[in-house]
Amino acid sequence: MYLRTVKIVRLSEGGETVNNEILMSSGAENIDFMIHGIFKYEIFGHEVWITTSHVCILIIMALMLGLAIAGNRAIRHAKEIPEGFQNVIELIVEMLDNMVTGTMGKVAAPKFVNYISTIFIFILMSNISGLFGLRPPTADFGTTFALGLITFFLIHITQFKNLPLKQIWTDMCSPLPPWLPIWFPINLISEIAVPVSLSLRLFANVLSGTVMMALVYGLLSKIAIIWPAALHVYFDLFSGAIQTYVFCMLTMTYIGQNYESE
Amino acid sequence: MNITGHDLIMACSAIGAGLAVIAGIGPGIGQGIAAGHGAAAVGRNPGAKGDIMSTMLLGQAVAETTGLYGLLIAMLLLFVQPLG
Repeated sequence: MYLRTVKIVRLSEGGETVNNEILMSSGAENIDFMIHGIFKYEIFGHEVWITTSHVCILIIMALMLGLAIAGNRAIRHAKEIPEGFQNVIELIVEMLDNMVTGTMGKVAAPKFVNYISTIFIFILMSNISGLFGLRPPTADFGTTFALGLITFFLIHITQFKNLPLKQIWTDMCSPLPPWLPIWFPINLISEIAVPVSLSLRLFANVLSGTVMMALVYGLLSKIAIIWPAALHVYFDLFSGAIQTYVFCMLTMTYIGQNYESE
Repeated sequence: MNITGHDLIMACSAIGAGLAVIAGIGPGIGQGIAAGHGAAAVGRNPGAKGDIMSTMLLGQAVAETTGLYGLLIAMLLLFVQPLG
């Protein structure tokens, strides 16, 4: 089964066969946590694959759309005394609202609460999707790096919008006075490291959970009966929720820094 | 048993992967320190438990990053095989 799968991340043909030999000889033909290609098409001479990540993202997006439509309908027929589904929606929205307002302050929060709430729900659903047999889309570096890049551009757009150029230059030369920009390259590197470390943190956490579960189910398939549920609670629910919180929290802190002087 | 150059590289990659996850020591110590100080802070001021918890978790997750870099190096060595 492992031999027939397509690995997107492979770099060389020879490496793959040897790797498969090692995996086969350890009696672990069931270990499977790689991204699989499902459908291939060619565009301008490049092979482009539709992978399991795309499919899982589409499933999660469909779920989110359904939730949004249902929530919209529940709020449109809102009652004075909320009941049932309206309660749940109000609880979620209020929680996210409080989280964003508490971190970013009253000035910046209304501008970003929509975006932060959306990525919060998206990342949370992606991380939890491992419970339902999907391969979490956040265990693909493409997904998390896209999220990190969005954060990066948001940080710098708000920075140039809200702070005067002089102060940005002073901040970039931070420990030394602004007429001596020796620290400028180092600060530039630390700015570029923000999206990389944000995305790698989320990616590696979710990937480690996925790999752990694949190892448990692949190597211990004979005795993995009920107790992996506890591992699922830790790796999928706890770790996923914490990483979602951390990603949104760091995004909010980085963006909120540009509003402090107001 | 013939050992080709490729096999040698694979074996060394496996050893390197094992060495790379030693990076987990640092985050372990760091997270332990953060959790200890968090517990002490809750003991001093039980009313601020929520704030302390969220700050502690945030700091721990940031401290975890270096360990995860080690894990990523191990993963790359084992499954992507940049050297083989």
